[in-house]
Amino acid sequence: MIADIGAGALVVALALALFGAVAAAVGARTGRPALVESAQHAALAVFALISGCLVLLVYAFLTFDFSVRYVATNTNLGTPFYYRITAVWGALEGSIVLWAFMLSVYTLIVIVRHRRNARDLYPWVLTVMLGVLAFFLLVMTVPAPVFQRLTPVPADGRGLNPLLEDSGMITHPVALYLGFTGFTVPFAFAMAALITGRVSDFWITTTRRWTIIAWYFLSLGLLIGGWWSYHVLGWGGYWAWDPVENAAFMPWLTGTAFLHSVMIQERRRMLRLWNVALVILTFSLTLFGTFLTRSGVIASVHAFTQGSIGVFFLSFLSIVVLTALALLAWRWDALAAEGELDAVVSRESAFLLNNVLLVAAAFTVFFGTVFPLLSEALRGVKVSVGMPFFNRVNLPLFLGLLFLMGVGPLIAWRRASLDNLKRNFLWPAAIGIVAAAVVFALGVRSSLAVTTLAVTAFVAGTIAVDVTRATRARTRLGEAVPRALGRLLLRHNRRYGGFVVHLGILVIALGVTGSQAWSVQTETTVRRGEHAELAGYKLRFDGLAGTEESNHFKVTGTFTIDGGRATGTVLQPAKKFYPQDSSPIAYVDYRLGLIEDLYVVLGDFARDGSQATIKVQVNRLVSWIWIGGLVLTLGAALAIAPERRRPA
Amino acid sequence: MKRWRWLLPLAAVPLLALLAYGFRVDPHSIPSPLVGRPAASFALTPFEGAPITLQALRGKVVVVNFWASWCNPACYEEAPVLERAWRTYQGRGVVVLGVDMQDTPEAAQTFIRRFDLTFPNAPDVGGKMAVEYGVYGVPETFFVDRAGRIRAKHVGALTDEIVRGTLEPLL
Repeated sequence: MIADIGAGALVVALALALFGAVAAAVGARTGRPALVESAQHAALAVFALISGCLVLLVYAFLTFDFSVRYVATNTNLGTPFYYRITAVWGALEGSIVLWAFMLSVYTLIVIVRHRRNARDLYPWVLTVMLGVLAFFLLVMTVPAPVFQRLTPVPADGRGLNPLLEDSGMITHPVALYLGFTGFTVPFAFAMAALITGRVSDFWITTTRRWTIIAWYFLSLGLLIGGWWSYHVLGWGGYWAWDPVENAAFMPWLTGTAFLHSVMIQERRRMLRLWNVALVILTFSLTLFGTFLTRSGVIASVHAFTQGSIGVFFLSFLSIVVLTALALLAWRWDALAAEGELDAVVSRESAFLLNNVLLVAAAFTVFFGTVFPLLSEALRGVKVSVGMPFFNRVNLPLFLGLLFLMGVGPLIAWRRASLDNLKRNFLWPAAIGIVAAAVVFALGVRSSLAVTTLAVTAFVAGTIAVDVTRATRARTRLGEAVPRALGRLLLRHNRRYGGFVVHLGILVIALGVTGSQAWSVQTETTVRRGEHAELAGYKLRFDGLAGTEESNHFKVTGTFTIDGGRATGTVLQPAKKFYPQDSSPIAYVDYRLGLIEDLYVVLGDFARDGSQATIKVQVNRLVSWIWIGGLVLTLGAALAIAPERRRPA
Repeated sequence: MKRWRWLLPLAAVPLLALLAYGFRVDPHSIPSPLVGRPAASFALTPFEGAPITLQALRGKVVVVNFWASWCNPACYEEAPVLERAWRTYQGRGVVVLGVDMQDTPEAAQTFIRRFDLTFPNAPDVGGKMAVEYGVYGVPETFFVDRAGRIRAKHVGALTDEIVRGTLEPLL
């Protein structure tokens, strides 16, 4: 029953989305507002229908309706309540529903916010958004039918992918998809600008906040993904340059470039063409990411599904890329810049360089990701480029970006005088050098770690210099320091929101550097009562215990820290055996700390509990990555908040 | 530039074609973060014959295959493939090494006799090696080059084509 209602609703939604897309376009061309209005109603109906489908799906999961194939393959009677909801997006079909739902929410917000203030562009924005929605609805109906029936109805389902039974799975896909779909809005505005020929700066200023929102959610999704990888996968890392991670990282890189280059356009009327190109690239990369994840073209631990869906995605990607680039070529002349680059040492060129580096990073990631495909196509050999390639190539790029993060916001527009440079960068440079010396004196010999920390200190220095100076200007007017600081942040929230985001990135850079440079690990087999030792920790193996959980069998090892640091703490890493999975899933236990995490993975063990093999890691500064994520959130919130600056 | 601007969309075509090519490709080989890194050293005592260490195999291409007697059908399908590979390539400096994990010695030896395996097979005592190689499940096969670096990883049953395609470039 549910299956039929859901499938029917999706077909209707598809028809309405297509109608809306066409109606808005025709309405715009023939100047009939009634048609645009009608498209708007269609969009609202699509939103209602997709929401309804989502609710239906959740209901089917909660009531174990195994007559729906998707429910039967992704849950079983033992799946806990909580994971039955997240199981909705635990596999391909459902995640497309979530995707479409978010897109319809964004469409709704666009209608509410921009139906009056974006007159000429608005119908075309609606056309693009509904067109993209129609594509996802098509996917939900044809290659990945989420409401497909299953007969005969099985007594129990197969169960959720055990790796997805984790709290990170509620938030990670949601954040990631909010980021992915969010970039549809600036893309739609850019397309509308190209179609109408109103390629001035209006679309950029209108979508600024949208871009930040999408960018923020994408960042959050990446960070939560890292956290999931860190505490679920049990290899002690948070990033492996897996194709699927790369898929989400590429639009982040180009999106970040876009976020910065729009400032140049707003301020100097330059880079118009470039901005349109960047937004096309970013949106295409979000599609490419999904294509990559879901088509099975490039292998990955995350690539769970395959089938005809890849063909659909590639066709749509081709349509998007070719149409968008053709429109770009058509409006080439109108996109010509008004401003010019005046000097090499200026904020414009710092931002330009930032863009070049970000796009270069995106390109190397792209190249590395599709390299197996390329090598197979050209030489017939499947060769993967691994972490070493990505790390080596991207490291200098990221260091450069980090450095520019300090330079960009402070250097003068147009042409920086020597005086301006001295005024802004003398102190930060000194701080950077001192930091390098201190770190070196503390015994750090890795030149990479020293460089990164020095650059980080330099950037932190530039932020400090700017904030101090601006606060002092206010205190001179008689405001107390906290009040001055608060007002500064709120009144110039865009600039200082950006600074806070930069601060978050710095904190993340610190965590990444620390964990790469100073983490240690060991692997050992211990008998009951024996100790494993690492970096000042002494872990005593107290034994194993088996428990029958609702949907799996769990073997838990108990390790007590006994002597040395953190005495008394008990860690219980486990192995979970799911009947639907041939290999057990590791359940990591850890003790998080600001300086270091103690991280224990249970390997193999003797059945009688007399001995166990464990991997013990002491991962340094990893927590700062997550803390950086929080700082970034604050900064993004600040930057999105409405500007409160009063006319001076 | 103005005249050539229409070439812009065309520039995307080769890329899209490459992606389309991807549909022909087998997606089952899961890349491992270990590929490209030095293989973790090991010292194994085979069911028959002298102990083996990775150290001693330097200069040879090593095919490390993780298997188990309970792994049916994949391990049963690939056992003859491995034996063929061993017979074909041992003269060219290739060593095939079977690592039996989470198994009982009796069942493992029955398996070895059943397929008449002549390459060395050793139990992974304590599952230590499987952890070091990040084995998700059986069968998984690692190809280690002469310098001791992991150059490829294959998940699932091997076929003669895969063995040939992976080994030849390493020789």
